[in-house]
Amino acid sequence: MIKAVMVMNTQGKPRLAKFFDFLPVEKQQELIRRVFGVLCSRPENVSNFIEAESIFGPDSRLVYNHFATLYFVVVFDSSENELAMLDLIQLLVQQTLERCFKNVCELDIVFNYSKIHTILDEIILGGQVLETRSTEIMRAVEEISKCSLSLSPLFVCV
Amino acid sequence: MGSQGGFYQSKEFLDLVKSIGEARSKAEEDRIVLSEIETLKRRISEPDTPKRKMKEYIIRLVYVEMLGHDASFGYIHAVKMTHDDTLLVKRTGYLAVTLFLNEDHDLIILIVNTIQKDLKSDNYLVVCVALNAVCKLINEETIPAVLPQIVELLAHPKEAVRKKAIMALYRFYQKSPSSVSHLVSNFRKRLCDNDPGVMGATLCPLFDLITNDVNSYKDLVISFVSILKQVAERRLPKAYDYHQMPAPFIQIKLLKILALLGSGDKQASENMYTVVGDIFRKCDSSSNIGNAVLYECICCVSSIYPNPKLLESAADAISRFLKSDSHNLKYMGIDALGRLIKISPEIAEQHQLAVIDCLEDPDDTLKRKTFELLYKMTKSTNVEVIVDRMIDYMISINDNHYKTEIASRCVELAEQFAPSNQWFIQTMNKVFEHAGDLVNIKVAHNLMRLIAEGFGEDDNTADSQLRSSAVESYLYILGEPKLPSVFLQVICWVLGEYGTADGKYSASYITGKLCDVAEAYSNDETVKAYAVTALMKIYAFEIAAGRMVDMLPECHSLMEEFLASHSTDLQQRAYELQAVIGLDAHAVESIMPSDASCEDIEVDKALSFLNGYIQESIEKGAQPYIPESERSGMLNISNFRNQDHHEASSHGLRFEAYELPKQTVQARIPPASLASTELVPVPEPVYPRESYQTTTVPSVSSDAASTELKLRLDGVQKKWGRQTHFPSTSTSNSTSQKTVNGITQVDGSNTANSRTRETYDSRKQVEISPEKQKLAASLFGGPSKTEKKSATGHKSSKPSSHMVKSHAPKSSMEVASEKTSPVQQPPDLLDFGEPTVKSTAPSLDPFKDLEGLLEPTTQVSSAVNHSSTAAVTKSPDIMGLYTETPAGAHHKDSDILSGLSNSPMTNMVGGTTTMQVAQSSKSPNLKDSLEKDALVRQMGVTPSSQNPNLFKDLLG
Repeated sequence: MIKAVMVMNTQGKPRLAKFFDFLPVEKQQELIRRVFGVLCSRPENVSNFIEAESIFGPDSRLVYNHFATLYFVVVFDSSENELAMLDLIQLLVQQTLERCFKNVCELDIVFNYSKIHTILDEIILGGQVLETRSTEIMRAVEEISKCSLSLSPLFVCV
Repeated sequence: MGSQGGFYQSKEFLDLVKSIGEARSKAEEDRIVLSEIETLKRRISEPDTPKRKMKEYIIRLVYVEMLGHDASFGYIHAVKMTHDDTLLVKRTGYLAVTLFLNEDHDLIILIVNTIQKDLKSDNYLVVCVALNAVCKLINEETIPAVLPQIVELLAHPKEAVRKKAIMALYRFYQKSPSSVSHLVSNFRKRLCDNDPGVMGATLCPLFDLITNDVNSYKDLVISFVSILKQVAERRLPKAYDYHQMPAPFIQIKLLKILALLGSGDKQASENMYTVVGDIFRKCDSSSNIGNAVLYECICCVSSIYPNPKLLESAADAISRFLKSDSHNLKYMGIDALGRLIKISPEIAEQHQLAVIDCLEDPDDTLKRKTFELLYKMTKSTNVEVIVDRMIDYMISINDNHYKTEIASRCVELAEQFAPSNQWFIQTMNKVFEHAGDLVNIKVAHNLMRLIAEGFGEDDNTADSQLRSSAVESYLYILGEPKLPSVFLQVICWVLGEYGTADGKYSASYITGKLCDVAEAYSNDETVKAYAVTALMKIYAFEIAAGRMVDMLPECHSLMEEFLASHSTDLQQRAYELQAVIGLDAHAVESIMPSDASCEDIEVDKALSFLNGYIQESIEKGAQPYIPESERSGMLNISNFRNQDHHEASSHGLRFEAYELPKQTVQARIPPASLASTELVPVPEPVYPRESYQTTTVPSVSSDAASTELKLRLDGVQKKWGRQTHFPSTSTSNSTSQKTVNGITQVDGSNTANSRTRETYDSRKQVEISPEKQKLAASLFGGPSKTEKKSATGHKSSKPSSHMVKSHAPKSSMEVASEKTSPVQQPPDLLDFGEPTVKSTAPSLDPFKDLEGLLEPTTQVSSAVNHSSTAAVTKSPDIMGLYTETPAGAHHKDSDILSGLSNSPMTNMVGGTTTMQVAQSSKSPNLKDSLEKDALVRQMGVTPSSQNPNLFKDLLG
C-alpha cells in the first residue's frame, strides 16, 4: 500500500502532501522535514530509493525523483514494487501534469493545488494504484472541470 | 481561465504563494501565513460569501495547513461545503475534509449523511467524489451506514464507479475485516468484470486476502494465470500500455499474487511456469517499467516451487541488473539476488564482484541492501569477513536506527556462526564499544552468561582460557576514554567474577581498575552498582582463599562516598561490602562461592524460613501481614514497585509472550525484606535483580542472573560450531557447479582440470585489485575447498584441451606477475596462495560466454524470420483466430475473461503462437530499437535524467 505522496521543492518547502492514513499536521510536518533532510543529503547519480524505516516505521520504503526544483516522493510498503513506484511518479509528472499544464512548473503545482489533488485521487485511491492510463486520468479531470464550468455561472451571480 | 477549468484560483492566492516563496526566513514565512490566517478567519465567517470565493478560501486553508499551521477554525466550513450542489464546490469540500479530518473526528458525523445522499446521486461524478471520501473518512462505526450502498455500486454501469466501490469495500476490509466478511465473495465476482480496470482494482483486495489465507484461493490460480497470459499477450486495450508494456501495473500485481499462491505448492506452480517464462522473454529490459515487471518475475520465481529453467532466466535477469550502470537496477538486482540465493545459493558466486562493488558504492541505500544480502548469505565460513565489514560500516554511520539494527544483526550472526570463542568475545567487544547504548541489554546478559557458562564442551581449560582472554581484553579496553554504559556493566561483571580467577592479576590491580571505572563514570549509577558488587566479589574470593584483604585507599574513599549515597541501592551495596569484609573465610565462602554464577538457586518463595520469626512477632503483638490484594485503596510506598509488577503481569489481556523468569523473580521478592531498596523505585530493570541477589539471598550471590538466563542458553549452544554448516555448503557448491555448467559427468583428469582452472583464473583476475579478490574469496569462496576440488572434476570434462595447452604456461606467469591483457570475465574468488584449491566458478564462465555468443545470433535470425510477422502479430488478435473467442482485443467491452472457463484449452492451442509472438516482439531489430530509444529519450523516461526545460521555477 502507498502510505504517502509528497512534493517538496529543493529548499524543503512542501508543495503537496497526501497521506493515505490520517496523520496530525505536526506529524506530517515532521515527516516532511525528515524526508527532506535525507533527500538533500543524497549525492547525485545514486539510486532513487531510500530505506525509510527510521522515518516511517517498519516496512516502509521511499522512492523519489528530482525534477528541476521539485522532489516527488512516494512512500509505500513491501506490497509495492520500487521500480513501478518510480514509474508512477513518471506517470504523474510526465504523462499527466505535463499534459495538463504544458511545461509544468513548481508554481503550477501550488497554484492548482486542488486540481493536482483531483489528479492524484484518480491515480491512487485508498493507498492503491487505481488508474494508470493517462488518457483516462485526463478525461476524468476534464469531465469534472467541464461539469463545474457549466454550473458555475449560476452561482457567480449569487 | 478556460484552460484551467473550474480549478481557477484568484490573484490573491497567487500573491500569497509568491510571497511565501520569496520569504527569506522561517519567521517571515510564519508572519505571512499568520496574517493570511487572520484574513481567512475574518472572511470565511462573513455571511454572504459567494460560493466561488468560499471555495478558494478553503483551498487557501488547506494550503496553510500543509505549511504546518492550524486551520481548525475552517473545518466546519469545509464540512458545510460538502453539502453544496455544485460539483466543484462539493469536491473542494470533500477534498478539504479528507485532508483535514481524522476518521474519528467529531465532525464526521455531519458528513455521513451527505455521503449517503451523494452515493445515490444520478451524476456519477458526484458518486465518485463521495466514494473518494468514503475511503478516507468512514471508520468502523460508520461502515454499516454506507455499506449497502457501496455494495450496490459494485454493479454500477460506469466502470470508474465500480472501481472505486471496490476500493471502498477493500478499505472497509482493512479497517474492520469482520464487518465485510460476508461480502468478500464480491471481490472474486468482480475479478470477472468486463472492464480490465475494474479487474485490476480487485487484485489489490485479493492480494491482501490471499496473503492472509492462501488456501481458500487456490482455485483461482488458473484464472490468474489466464488473465496474466492475456495481459502479456496484449489482449487488453491499447490504452493500458505503458511505455510499450501491456498493463505493467496489472502484471506486477498478478505476479505478486501468483508468488503467494505458488509458494510451496508444486501443482499450482506448474500452472504458472509457462506464463512466467513468457513474460521473462517478453519484458523490455530497456525501460524502467519493463525491469519492474522482470524484477517481479524474479520474486515470483523465487517464491513458487522451483523450476530450473525459470531459475536460469531469473539468474540471467539478475546478472543484467547487476551489470547495469543504473543504481536503481543494481539495487533491485541485489534484492533479487537475496531472494534467489535461498533457492540456489550458488548464483551468488557469479556475482561476487558486483556485490562487492555495491558494498563500496557511495550510495547508502545500495550499501544497506547489500549488507542485507550478506546477512542472508552468512555461513560459518564467511562470518568473520561479513561481521567485520558490518562493524566497520556500523562505526561509520550516524543513523541510530540503522546502527541498532546492524548491531543486532552482528550479534545474531556472531552468536550463530562464531568460529571461535575468542573471536566471539572480540566481536562483541567491538559491537559494544561502538554501539553500546543502542544494543539491547539482553545481549549484554547473553554475553555474561556465555562467558560464565563457557561453551558447553565440558572442557574447563577452554572455558577458563576464554575467561582470561575476556578479562585481558576488558582490562585493555578500559583504557579507552568513553565507553557505553551497557558495555561497562559487562566489563565490571566479568572482572568481578573472573578478574582474579587465573591468578594473573592481583586483587589490588583489579580492584584499582574497578574503582577507576566507578570514579570515571560517576554519574552512571548502574555502572557504579556493578562496580561495587564486583569489588565485593573480588574481596570475598580473596577472603575465602585465606588471603589478607587490604583495601586500596581509593576504594575506601569510594565506599565512604557510597555509604552516604542518595541512591539507596548503592548505599546498600556498600554496606553489604563492608559487612562481607568483616566476616571470616568460611562465612564468606558460603555467601560468595567462587565461579558459581551458573549454579541454580533454590528460591523459597513461601519464605518458610521466616515462619518462626513471624510467629514470634505476632505473639509479641505485631500486626499480621495482609497481602496487597486484600488491602483497600492506600498505596503503600514500600510495595510501590510490586504494584507496578502486578500491573504488568495482571493486565487484562496479554499480547506478547511471557517474559523471562526475570520478572517473576522480581515480583516474588518479599516486600518486607527488601524494604530498604524499594523506597526508591529503581529506574533500571537490570538492577533490581542485582539488589535481590545481594540482599535477600546472600548465600547465592551473583547467581541469580545466570539462573534465570540459563534456560535460554541451551539453544545457543546447539547453534554453535561449524560442523553442522559444512556439509550443506559443500553440497550446494558441487551442485551449483553442475547446474551452471550443464555437465554432470565426473571426469578423472584432475591435473588437466586444475591447470585449466589456473588459466581461467589468471585471465579473470586481471584488472581486479588483489584486495577485492581476497574479499570476494573470503565472502563467497573459502568454505568448501575440498569439495570444490572434486567438483572441478565434474565440470571440465568438456573444456577443450588445446586451451589448456596454449594457456597453461602463460597463465602461471600471469598469476605470478599479475598483469595481463584486459579480460571482461566475471572474475573468480580465489586466493592467490592456494591455486590448487581454487574454486571452480570461474572456469564455468567461458562456456557461458560462448553460449551467450551463440544466443544472440539465433535470436537475431529468428527475429529476422519473424520480423515480417512481427508487425502483424503485434495486435493481439492473432490469439482470437486460434481460440474461437470472438474477442476483439481493442474493444473496450470485450470480456477479457471470456476465456476463463475454457482457458486451459486456449492455452494449449495458443502455445506455439505465443512463442512466436514473444520472439518477434523481442526482436532486436536495429531500426526498431533506435526508434524506441529515440522515443524514450523524447519522453524523458530515464528516471535519472533531468529535463531542465520541463520546469521553469517562477519562484527561483
